[in-house]
Amino acid sequence: MSGIPHDHYEPKSAAEKWLHRRLPIVALLYDTLMIPTPRNLNWMWIWGIVLAFCLVLQIATGVVLAMHYTPHADMAFASVEHIMRNVNGGHMLRYIHQNGAMLFFAAVYLHIFRGLYYGSYKAPREITWIIGMLIYLLMMATAFMGYVLPWGQMSFWGATVITGLFGAIPGIGDALQTWLLGGPAVENPTLNRFFSLHYLLPLVIAALVIVHVWAFHTTGNGNPTGVEVRRDSKEVAEKDTLPFWPYFVIKDLFALAVVLLVFAAIVGFMPNYLGHPDNYIEADALVTPSHIVPEWYFLPFYAILRAFTADVWVVQLTQFVTFGIVDAKFFGVLAMFGAIAVMALAPWLDTSSVRSGRYRPMFKWWFWLLAVDFMVLMWVGAMPAEGIYTWISLIASAYWFAYFLILLPLLGVIEKPLPLPATIEEDFKAKYPDEPAVDTAGTPAE
Amino acid sequence: MMRKLTLAAFAALSLSAGPVLAADPGAVEDFSFPHEGPFGKYDPLQLQRGLQVYTEVCAACHGLQYVPLRTLADPGGPQLPEDQVRAFAGQFEIFDPEIDDFRPRAVTDHFPESGLDNAPDLSLMAKARAGFHGPYGSGINQLFRGIGGPEYIASILTGYTEDEKEEAGEFYYANTAFPDGWIAMAPPLFEGQLEYADGTPATERQMAKDVSAFLMWAAEPKMMARKQAGLNAVIFLTVLSVLLYLTNKRLWAGVKGRKQG
Repeated sequence: MSGIPHDHYEPKSAAEKWLHRRLPIVALLYDTLMIPTPRNLNWMWIWGIVLAFCLVLQIATGVVLAMHYTPHADMAFASVEHIMRNVNGGHMLRYIHQNGAMLFFAAVYLHIFRGLYYGSYKAPREITWIIGMLIYLLMMATAFMGYVLPWGQMSFWGATVITGLFGAIPGIGDALQTWLLGGPAVENPTLNRFFSLHYLLPLVIAALVIVHVWAFHTTGNGNPTGVEVRRDSKEVAEKDTLPFWPYFVIKDLFALAVVLLVFAAIVGFMPNYLGHPDNYIEADALVTPSHIVPEWYFLPFYAILRAFTADVWVVQLTQFVTFGIVDAKFFGVLAMFGAIAVMALAPWLDTSSVRSGRYRPMFKWWFWLLAVDFMVLMWVGAMPAEGIYTWISLIASAYWFAYFLILLPLLGVIEKPLPLPATIEEDFKAKYPDEPAVDTAGTPAE
Repeated sequence: MMRKLTLAAFAALSLSAGPVLAADPGAVEDFSFPHEGPFGKYDPLQLQRGLQVYTEVCAACHGLQYVPLRTLADPGGPQLPEDQVRAFAGQFEIFDPEIDDFRPRAVTDHFPESGLDNAPDLSLMAKARAGFHGPYGSGINQLFRGIGGPEYIASILTGYTEDEKEEAGEFYYANTAFPDGWIAMAPPLFEGQLEYADGTPATERQMAKDVSAFLMWAAEPKMMARKQAGLNAVIFLTVLSVLLYLTNKRLWAGVKGRKQG
């Protein structure tokens, strides 16, 4: 599967040969598990495993929750309470599923920002990046629809607001929104279709994850130097790499255990910490919550949605130029989806020949500013859209676009990158200059 | 109507979600409860006292429609003896469509629903009003001080200032903990209103705390089991992390060599 030269599976026994001729599945598993992996990967390369774990966790807990949940507007809220009170271990399943979604997003943001810093998106890994962005979009859709299922106040009003975004599209908006909702407003048909899709989309995500892994197993992993693994021969490649098993499996499992330690503490001791209290009130179409806020993982893009109000000159100009077709509401929607679109286009917007931010003295600063910008957007997304907050969200949104549309193309031209190490081996040796013990299996480290 | 509501919600959201938020959120006192913190446990006696306050005072108007009566006997709850639970359940009637008549409730039935239209169900109130430790309940101190729901309820119950006003034929009572300061519920608790079965003096503050603890249990009946599971998981994962750390270190020693410094 990988383009990096390495040992391949050889069927030995007659049974193995029999199977291999008919279905080379063992070879596939072997090549996947033993894939040559750059030996200098740092701790930011662990989020993929955490994400894979999250997907399995969410599907496993979700399947059981679906056995006890009732997707009907009159019964959904009560059925969640049934899960919390009567189903064996139901309260743990639900809290794990609810907080699992948050762990999923925390991990995906770290994974994406890892990619942005180390230039993981650059050629030849554009497809991996685009597939990743699709997975991220599907994750958002899945999480949003899952949040509607408990049929609390935030579920209901969140669904009302977010489907309202589609209503902002000129011309077809109203019809589209009605079609999405299955009626003029969020009602039982909405809940039913959201339940159906909430069960379907994770399986689509799982399929895309396989493509994602396939793509980067073909190009090989990126690494903190951005220097590619040498492929002249198996011997040379082995100087730059180590097999995924056992080196990276054990490393990733250790990282996963630490992440799960924090996760277990949150689920066990403060499972409602990051949730909204209003969602423990049953949905009521006649009572609007005083302050509708999405879950924290949507806040940065929610802030961008709200940032472009009718009194921003860019919005007014756009409205004038498009003869009013693009009004402030639609502009906000375009900005929100555009914020993700520009990120997806990063492989073509970044003009620098150097991948890793480690060797890009100017880029580094702008990258960290982007990371801060993301946190600011998350914070301001939870604030009421008034006074100073509108200015902060406007400036922070503007920087998000400026980073991708102006800074990434410009920096590649004006920046003078630092010298790169010639090989991954050189980088690794610089960090670990001692000769390793000869016997890698038997002798203890000390 | 719905379209208008939708638009109103969107407008409220995209332009200014401020006005209601800007209102006085009310002063919530940080009462302390035995169930707070990672190792905190419900006090069964306090929950039983709270059940008594709930039954004799709150239940006149409010309901607990999601709480099955049998859970009163569950471990990690008020732990009433089963015969007491049966007797307690039997004092409430329920309409049974099978016999087309009313019958006394069985332990498998739930608490009665709210009797008054404007008296909200209290099953989940302690979690629905959880936002006092930090903005939107986001303060990390809730790990040690709880989610703030019972504190809010106890503050409401003890927050009356004896002021009242009449507006459009409805009476409102001044309350320092209620958002905006005026609540439709008349002061429900007064000293010596009931006699606790366990002899604890029934002061207003004592009753407020007890019933708030009881409502926390009603909202989160599995809290003890959850914390126990959390603790087990944390201990297990700590050991597993250490083992995996050592495994990883030894595995990589063959590649990295002895680390400098």
